[in-house]
Amino acid sequence: MAEVTDVVCSLCGCVCDDIVVEVENNAVTKVKRGACSVGKAKLLGHHRIKAPMMRVNGELKEISYDDAIKKAAEILAHARRPLLYGWSSTVCEADRVGVELAEYLGGVVDNTATVCHGPSVLAIQDVGLPSCTLGQIKNRADIIIYWGSNPTAAHANHMKRYSYISKGFWTAEGKKDKKMVVVDVRETKTSKMADVFVQVKPGGDYPVFSALRAILRGQAEIIPDEVGGVPKAKLLEVAEMMKKAKFGIIFFGMGVTHSRGRQNNIVNAIQLTRAAHLYGKWSIMPMRGHYNVTGFNQVCTWQTGFPYSVDFSRGYAWYNPGETSSTDLLARGEADAALIIASDPGAHFPGEALRHLAKIPTVMIDPFPNPTMEFADVVIPVAISGIECEGGVYRMDNVPLRLRKVIDTDYYIPDEKIVERIFDEVRAIKAKEGGV
Amino acid sequence: MEGIKAILISGRTMIQGQNLDSKLSEDFNEVAVVCELHVQDMASLGVAPGEPVKVTTAFGSVVVKAKQDEGNPVGMVFIPMGPWANALVSGNTHGAGMPSYKGIAATVEKTTGPVLSVKELMRTYMG
Amino acid sequence: MTEELLIKNAVVYDPINGVRGERKDICIRDGKIVASVRNPKVIDAGGRVVMPGGVDVHAHIAGGKVNSGRLMRPEDGRKGREPKTKVCRAQSGYSVPNTFTTGYRYAKMGYTFVMEPAMPPLLARHTHEELIDTPILDNAALPLIDNNWMTFDYVKSGDIDLLAAYIAWMIKATKGYGVKIVNPGGTEAWGWGKNCDLHDPVPTFDITPADIVKALALANEKFAMPHSIHVHTNMLGHPGNFETTLATLDLVKGIKSVKNRPVLHCTHTQFHSYGGTSWKDFESKANAIANYVNNNNHVSIDIGQIILGDTTTMTADGPMEYSLYQITGRKWTNCDVELETGSGITPFLYSGKVGVHTIQWTIGQELALLIKDPWKLALTTDHPNAGPFIGYPIVISTLMSKKRRDEIAKEVSPAIYDKSSLPSIDRELDFYEVAIITRGATAKILGLQEHGKGHLGLGADADIAIYDLSPEERDAGKIQRAFLNTKYTIKGGQVVVKDGEVVAAPAGKTFFVTPECDQKLMDEMLVNLKQKFENYYSVTYNNYAVQDVYLPHPYEIKAPMVA
Repeated sequence: MAEVTDVVCSLCGCVCDDIVVEVENNAVTKVKRGACSVGKAKLLGHHRIKAPMMRVNGELKEISYDDAIKKAAEILAHARRPLLYGWSSTVCEADRVGVELAEYLGGVVDNTATVCHGPSVLAIQDVGLPSCTLGQIKNRADIIIYWGSNPTAAHANHMKRYSYISKGFWTAEGKKDKKMVVVDVRETKTSKMADVFVQVKPGGDYPVFSALRAILRGQAEIIPDEVGGVPKAKLLEVAEMMKKAKFGIIFFGMGVTHSRGRQNNIVNAIQLTRAAHLYGKWSIMPMRGHYNVTGFNQVCTWQTGFPYSVDFSRGYAWYNPGETSSTDLLARGEADAALIIASDPGAHFPGEALRHLAKIPTVMIDPFPNPTMEFADVVIPVAISGIECEGGVYRMDNVPLRLRKVIDTDYYIPDEKIVERIFDEVRAIKAKEGGV
Repeated sequence: MEGIKAILISGRTMIQGQNLDSKLSEDFNEVAVVCELHVQDMASLGVAPGEPVKVTTAFGSVVVKAKQDEGNPVGMVFIPMGPWANALVSGNTHGAGMPSYKGIAATVEKTTGPVLSVKELMRTYMG
Repeated sequence: MTEELLIKNAVVYDPINGVRGERKDICIRDGKIVASVRNPKVIDAGGRVVMPGGVDVHAHIAGGKVNSGRLMRPEDGRKGREPKTKVCRAQSGYSVPNTFTTGYRYAKMGYTFVMEPAMPPLLARHTHEELIDTPILDNAALPLIDNNWMTFDYVKSGDIDLLAAYIAWMIKATKGYGVKIVNPGGTEAWGWGKNCDLHDPVPTFDITPADIVKALALANEKFAMPHSIHVHTNMLGHPGNFETTLATLDLVKGIKSVKNRPVLHCTHTQFHSYGGTSWKDFESKANAIANYVNNNNHVSIDIGQIILGDTTTMTADGPMEYSLYQITGRKWTNCDVELETGSGITPFLYSGKVGVHTIQWTIGQELALLIKDPWKLALTTDHPNAGPFIGYPIVISTLMSKKRRDEIAKEVSPAIYDKSSLPSIDRELDFYEVAIITRGATAKILGLQEHGKGHLGLGADADIAIYDLSPEERDAGKIQRAFLNTKYTIKGGQVVVKDGEVVAAPAGKTFFVTPECDQKLMDEMLVNLKQKFENYYSVTYNNYAVQDVYLPHPYEIKAPMVA
């Protein structure tokens, strides 16, 4: 039995890196500390895809890695508008090959941000993002706002490591020196911990941001008795708290990116942060979901100039979410083949998009079975990043970390290698058949 | 009893998160195939916890199990993010690339089922 | 490369070896300059101007804030797009090009080495990942070590030896090249929304920026470091800041370096040469700065010349970027980095119609022309802050042509005649001086001449630029065009650019320094450092350092400790 320390979690955007596990007979047998229940579940392992498969007469049949890679390459090489989607639950090394493959194919490359924090990216492209690394918040923040975000459900270690409950240089007393505000459409476990809970009507975030901005800019008298379902007195209370902050932070999640207004909600949230900045130091940060969704956006941006939904059909990068984003490409029936890697559109895409995904040849690359498998024509299982292979990732605050290899696998192949081999086969097919 | 009009939102839950990598498992089937409602809404519908309800939006319809939740206001229903919620979501992103996962107008009614498994639900897209 | 190459009929400008426009042959074998070759491929340079590959001392090309700039500005990404070719990846961007474009464009301008000047240590892996995806160029990166809490501890206690141990650890952990200083103390104050001038105490830590600069200069000289401290002084961009600049340069006057080089490199000095008390009476103080540099030998500078037009500003000077955003109201991104530094990014348009911008535009040129000894000087645009690097040919042509400067003076704001001395300067640089400020001096300032860069002596790297210019050429337009796209660029003996097209894109090497610190000092420092990780950082000590895998083509320079 061996103890492995400083293990880096490969589940959510918190990317906790102080996990300690026990390894015995090449398996993680115990998670001693550092991981939340979700991270622990991943580390301890569970049901995974046993072997590569191909769909024959409607049923998935086991085949060899070589055959699966060849078949996957044929699907992509013969497509006119392939969609290469996912990339968020794997490492940057795989993402880099993926972007290059999409460029080579003249296809579209996109990641899970397209159904998650895409609107946040669009907002940043309008107004920028005043932000910081998570350690700044741990050491300085006295007001923490979770807006449309429920960390107890989705980022369980967040408050303990980085915000409300953490202790740092100027926050040695932890919770005692801090106040937490939760803004949501319904009560959650997180909101029950808050000092102030603000319940907004669905779709009411936008006017609430505007109202708070107005109050912070000295225009409280124009606010009506109720905005977005929130009584004026409550708005004044929150604004007062914001004015008194020495260091405030707004964490925001799907509650604002998914609802009516999309990126306009985020633009308004950022403008609110700037208004609060007139009184004290304020920052804002999106609660990124997958452990490397941020990493793909970083890789895609430095390689292509654009963060996601990049269309290479013209030979250069064309970026236009709404046109080149995955849901739209599928709902419009444009994509004629799909490579789905490190993601689960079967579970997360709207029905309309899935109806088209069902019609087109689809390659799935993932360690684990998931609803997407129902659509896959080729299934290729891979090594689990952060357990069976190492690689670079970016935390939700853009801090780059490196996942460790904790156990060996002599069967499963890492994502990066699979994508490289598919790429080699695609090149061979194109060389033989022409049309490069 | 008639159905009720409600606003539907979908989002993350802890159990769903723990099963992020095992969405075909029984655990996931148990927890993601629910619709959380305020006790008053459940009374209006005449359903008990665990009984099937049919949720319908302009984009689709799905049968899930009712679950009581004190956090929801009256008139709001929550389905954990996943295949059942997404059967109700439009593919129109309004030029933003992002579908509307939250704040969808829905009707909820008592029904007899059946509640589809993940596999069965995916098969309905196969045409 | 066992390939042999012979360049005939080159008119060579190799200032480090005193070669001033001599017609020679250049022999190359195995990627190095050699005395003779037996069976080479031959390139006939036809009497053209030939220089060693360009060495850029300061351009923001790789890392967190650069990528923030790209992400934030898809409108910049839409400029300059080129489809992929058999050799090149798809290209995009103007002031924030994608990483492949960076490599290709620099190579086409005849540059073969670029220094990324500001790497936040916690984000060092990001810089290295982007450098891996930057083709052709050899490169290095400077970690920011001036707003770090460990630095503050030792500045406060006066423990220069322990500070030396810390900078040694930091440079090794980040695979960096030296010590970068940006708005010392001020960026930590910005963690609370505040700022500091040179003698203001940093909130909580109670030391001044002046203390920090002096201590870091002393600590840097505890090792035989190839480069001096690299300093972005306090109060960048503020009218009247020239006094802060001069005071900062004076702080380190008495310090000596065993490497026989300056002890402080003052970067993008144009932004730090401002007079007046407000934007209303804003004027150039390039004269005062040039005068100081002319009379002192302990500093080098790079000019940070403005390119008129749109660009993206990005620095670790968080408060400065915030004030820029307050002036323009344009989009603004900020990222403060725990225990270490910060950054701000915002687009900016330098307009020839605006008096202040016009004066700013003159200052970089005044510095280049008023400083008598070009060996103290490097040509930069602080890419992309004062302008994108693709503007270097414009700068070269205006420094070489009074006629061109006068033409432009007629088109910009008339403030140029009252608030700047540029219209009255007749001096024109020649090709030899241009070679100094773009390769000779720059290599020496970085200490790279000992490692084969910046010259064409025997044993040097075969990094060569052949410009489509006759040595007699004086027309600014022809000069500008020629410096934009070489006839040939050769990197490590391989032809990478021919007739302005990239024909090969091999990977470059990343240069990094290993300061060799006494182990006892290191152990003592580590006790303090590990406490910081335990209590304040959001990552663990063992997960911090940049792993070897991030430098697939490393070049190590050892820097022993000096007595």
